[in-house]
Amino acid sequence: MLVHSRKARWAVWALFLVLFLPLFALPLLVVLGASFATHWSSVLPSGATIANYRAATRGEALQALTTSLVTALVASLLALAVGTWAALAAAALNKRHRKIMDALFVLPVAVPSVVVGLAILVAFSQPPFLLNGTRWIVIVAHTVLVTAFAHQSVSAAITRLDPAYAQAAASLGASPAYVLWRVRLPLLLPSLTAAAGLCFALSMGELSATMMLYPPDWTPLPVLVYAATDRGALFTGSAVAVVLMAATLLVLFGVSRIRTRASYR
Amino acid sequence: MTDVMHKPRAVTGRSRPGGGGREPSTAQRPFRALVWALPPVVLLAVFFLYPLALVVQQSFQPDTGGTSLEPYADVFASYAFREALWTTVWLAVAATAGCLVLGFVLALVIAFVPFPGAKAVARFIDVFLSFPSFLITLALLFIYGTVGMANGLWTDATGAAEGPFQFLTTPWGVLLAEITYFTPFVVRPLLAAFSQLDTAQLEAASSLGARAPRIVRRIILPEALPALAAGGSLVLVLCLNEFGIVLFTGAKGVTTLPTLVYGKAMLESDYPGACVVAVVNVLISVGLYGLYRVVSRRAGA
Repeated sequence: MLVHSRKARWAVWALFLVLFLPLFALPLLVVLGASFATHWSSVLPSGATIANYRAATRGEALQALTTSLVTALVASLLALAVGTWAALAAAALNKRHRKIMDALFVLPVAVPSVVVGLAILVAFSQPPFLLNGTRWIVIVAHTVLVTAFAHQSVSAAITRLDPAYAQAAASLGASPAYVLWRVRLPLLLPSLTAAAGLCFALSMGELSATMMLYPPDWTPLPVLVYAATDRGALFTGSAVAVVLMAATLLVLFGVSRIRTRASYR
Repeated sequence: MTDVMHKPRAVTGRSRPGGGGREPSTAQRPFRALVWALPPVVLLAVFFLYPLALVVQQSFQPDTGGTSLEPYADVFASYAFREALWTTVWLAVAATAGCLVLGFVLALVIAFVPFPGAKAVARFIDVFLSFPSFLITLALLFIYGTVGMANGLWTDATGAAEGPFQFLTTPWGVLLAEITYFTPFVVRPLLAAFSQLDTAQLEAASSLGARAPRIVRRIILPEALPALAAGGSLVLVLCLNEFGIVLFTGAKGVTTLPTLVYGKAMLESDYPGACVVAVVNVLISVGLYGLYRVVSRRAGA
């Protein structure tokens, strides 16, 4: 305890609330409140309605939700596979090669995602890879963007892994493939699910690269939120945003259940 | 300095029980390990490095044909680019400074002056990180927008026709949104660092008569510096690359490098120009991110 006097402690807590509530709690509450409203011209929103949600769970918006979910699911599974493979392969390399590989796979974090979008647009609008105008270009972009995060968290977990288990299994005659499948991957499962959750959340909210690439029949939710707010439909946009947040949180919650189950093994 | 910092690390790396066991086996089959590393690297090359190389190539190919530095000369000479470069840099630096101060204060209270629900707040900050950044700008539209909460409060109270809060479409609105969104990226590593701080030091200092500000300055701040450096440089890179917040602000007056890339490519169809801006943005961001990796490795984060 840093502050001992009771008065000072209350003062510190008051300061914390003054900083925390308007900056962090208020924005989420405001979006939630706006999603149930039709007007906001005074302190509180007015014209309570659920029509925004009816619009946000139908037709175009419903299609955008499935688009986002499918994109995020495919992208995070691909990213997890490639990222884990890369991290496991890098762990077996010597120090110099490992450093090069780590640097390569961390690069997409540092490159602005708009630039990743532009690069993929330039590269896949021309032969030999003609993907422009298909849904795959969006999925490829999301996969590239989140692979770096998957690789980072899995390779951090690999360095923390106690190699005694794998050595014991190998000394008992298990083949490398068997050791990988029955010992190392199960031990890595908690961090694999955590990485999957991270990738999923990032992909669900991805806007910058998507804005440059999405074809008309593959519009993810963030683009729809932007389109709604851009034409002034702020309240519908908020409802779509709340749907986006709720879907992300639901999936993250589901993934965290896998994680807790895995850690009891 | 570098050697002193790195040597012990290398030694512990080798003396770890695994290192010894693993290295002989890979030393026998270095070629096989390389072959296994090949598939992901090939995928990365096809889907990331090759496109990036094409961007660099296109930045040297003006629409008139041939290969020249003309796109660079055009872009560097344009007022819009210099304006965007300056806006990007000062916004990122200011947002990083704001995030560091705010994040330090918040983490300090959560860790050392805990209140009922402090854990829930820490959890909330984790959740905050999983939301897209443009939500913050969307929310700010309702709070400080022309007909939002704050202006509504003002017009209701004074009867004026307009509220005083009109900063949302200026760089200040972007700055506020960036500080809000990126502060959790500083709070998280700080909380991790604080959880490893030996509280006996604080008790000893305080029993010797040191007051809270002095304890913060002399004990907590030095301990927090690595985490602050790591979190701060990550936030700086993320701010330089931020797109959603600036786009949602809808301000014609605020253009940053990422929105300039988008505008040139999508709205003007000036691909060579967009590629030039992209190359500049990548150089700044990757340079800073490299610095971040070095700093955070030194800090052991």
